[in-house]
Amino acid sequence: MKVAYWPGCVSRGFTPELHGAMAAVAPLLDIELIELDRGACCGAGVIAEHNQELADTLNARTFALAQQTDGELMMNICSTCQGAQSECQERLDANAEYREHVNATLAGGGLRYEKGVVNKNFLWVLVEEIGLEQLRSLVKRPLANLRVGPFYGCYIVRPASRVGIDHEHPRDKYLGQVIEALGGTVIDYAGSHKCCGFPIITMNKTASLMQAGRHIGDAIDADADCLVTPCPLCHLNLDLQQPLAAGVVGRELGLPVLHLPQLVGLALGLTPKQLGMGRHIVKPRAVIDWSQSVVAGAAA
Amino acid sequence: MAEFKLRLRRYDPESGEPPYWDKHTVELDPHRSVLDGILEAKDSQDGTIGIRCSCRQGICGSCGVRINGKPGLACNTHLDEALARGDGQEIVVEPMGNMPVIKDLIVDMDAVHWRKIQSVTPWLLPREPVPEREYLVAREAMVDVTQSMACIQCGACVSDCLAMEVDPLFTGPAALAKAYRFVGDPRDSEHYERLRYVAEDPHGMYTCTHCFKCVDACPKDVNPMGQIMRLRRIAGTDFEIEDRNNGFRHEHAFVKNIHRNGLLHEADLLPDSYGGKFDPRALPELLSSIPIVIKGVLRGKITPTKALLHPHKASKDVRAIFERIEGEPARYELNLYVTGTDDPPLQGAGDADSGAATEGAKR
Ligand code: SF4
Ligand code: SF4
Ligand code: FES
Repeated sequence: MKVAYWPGCVSRGFTPELHGAMAAVAPLLDIELIELDRGACCGAGVIAEHNQELADTLNARTFALAQQTDGELMMNICSTCQGAQSECQERLDANAEYREHVNATLAGGGLRYEKGVVNKNFLWVLVEEIGLEQLRSLVKRPLANLRVGPFYGCYIVRPASRVGIDHEHPRDKYLGQVIEALGGTVIDYAGSHKCCGFPIITMNKTASLMQAGRHIGDAIDADADCLVTPCPLCHLNLDLQQPLAAGVVGRELGLPVLHLPQLVGLALGLTPKQLGMGRHIVKPRAVIDWSQSVVAGAAA
Repeated sequence: MAEFKLRLRRYDPESGEPPYWDKHTVELDPHRSVLDGILEAKDSQDGTIGIRCSCRQGICGSCGVRINGKPGLACNTHLDEALARGDGQEIVVEPMGNMPVIKDLIVDMDAVHWRKIQSVTPWLLPREPVPEREYLVAREAMVDVTQSMACIQCGACVSDCLAMEVDPLFTGPAALAKAYRFVGDPRDSEHYERLRYVAEDPHGMYTCTHCFKCVDACPKDVNPMGQIMRLRRIAGTDFEIEDRNNGFRHEHAFVKNIHRNGLLHEADLLPDSYGGKFDPRALPELLSSIPIVIKGVLRGKITPTKALLHPHKASKDVRAIFERIEGEPARYELNLYVTGTDDPPLQGAGDADSGAATEGAKR
């Protein structure tokens, strides 16, 4: 399938391994990425906090760019983009007069947003477009014996009505379903749907790092080998800041955190190196050792 | 009539015994409430079950509990709906979180919720001289605060607040929504003082971690997080309150960053959030993040060229959007709670509030 691909800022900035991993995994899943390289930052909630119309207009512009492509839908790889963009879309789609007002601004750049863009995170695309059965059939190296803690974060699961969680679409359970389809073991721990703390890292650092530290600690106590997240901002607080978080919660941590496309890529046969796993702050040693022993095992 | 299995969390701190689970089966119409179920068990099986309630129709806010993991009012949650929310076998009822338990399902609202509400001066401080007759305000000027006025003080949002979980001193969603109720009220005379108070408090509005928990928790659609974002917007933009928590600087650094670069340029964001690379406030923060930066450079996360050069510039039309909208004398804010939806949503958009189309709320 062809998708209008919105990578977001962070996947090309602080977590370049995410963008790289997605590019490596896409062909294996038969996804053709048409990158929206002219799009601007989704605002991560901060621009909306500053000026709602500004955030709505910037995202309407990105939606309009997506609608100009021949992609079946728009796909993002960042929960924060998903949440921030869904919020703007909710307003844009709810009120024709407001939409026209925003479109008048976009007209300056020769763009126009038509109501109803379909914008899905890679996680939703995996489950709803590709399907768990198909995913299972593509697995080359099942994540056998790998104990994975799903870390959803906030933006992709709340508010439930806005992000489209209902009986038919239990999107708050998709990470677990994907881990299972890839052959891994899902770890149940307290922090899976809580906040990583990133939004307040510059405002209340202790509270922010305590959130990250506690969730990582809970997952370690539940015997997780690693966490997986669909959000690069969560990745920043959980991986990049993990050494500081350990200091705040006063215990040793050291739990690898994988981006979703990395986990999928491992199961689909890519090497940790191809997935940029050497770029993490917490070396995903457990995962790398595991993947190599599994490869060695498979070769024997 | 149908049979419902209730699993209640029981705890009496005075007994010295640890909490335990208690099971009751009740027979009621599926559309009766969880509160009816609990009261039925209390009446016919165990009179010692502790639950607080009064109006039994979603008005007084006394019966806040957690039902199958989600906070809300026991009296406006149907038994069948509660069952479907869980594993389909039983309805698990627990006391709300973030507040100490007094007994069973009753939590100490005084110790947490009401103290926080009091901290924001929850009454009108009118302009002097007070008019002899009614204080006349334009209807439009009050519409905007109706959402925060819908709060019935049930504490469901407090129960689930993730910032409060790690910082018990955080003012929290209900109290901050209440703060907005007066900041948004044109009759109040102390907008600046109120905003300064919640901005400067190290556990004030900038501790909200934007987790949407309170939005999902609230049975009255108050959207406390949305009210907090309005407080920040007004404090940061209209009153330019430069707080000591870096809230103002972070917001402005972020917006400037996107205006200039189109995409976020992280290397600038951190120092700018603390007032710019050469601001004395930035130094300790930058020093404390140096070990991480070094590791990041070694692992190829942060490339020195990326940190020093701007790899990306905002396109002309993106700049034009910033300049057009930021140049307006008043912000255009659409509040769907007030306006409702005029078009039926096509894809997974949020709840449409009732009400026909009206024009967007302009500030
Ligand atoms: S959005 Fe803010 S106030 Fe609401 S629950 Fe989360 S941290 Fe608390
Ligand atoms: S904001 Fe909503 S959840 Fe919070 S106390 Fe008020 S009514 Fe209850
Ligand atoms: S008993 Fe009054 S709100 Fe439930």
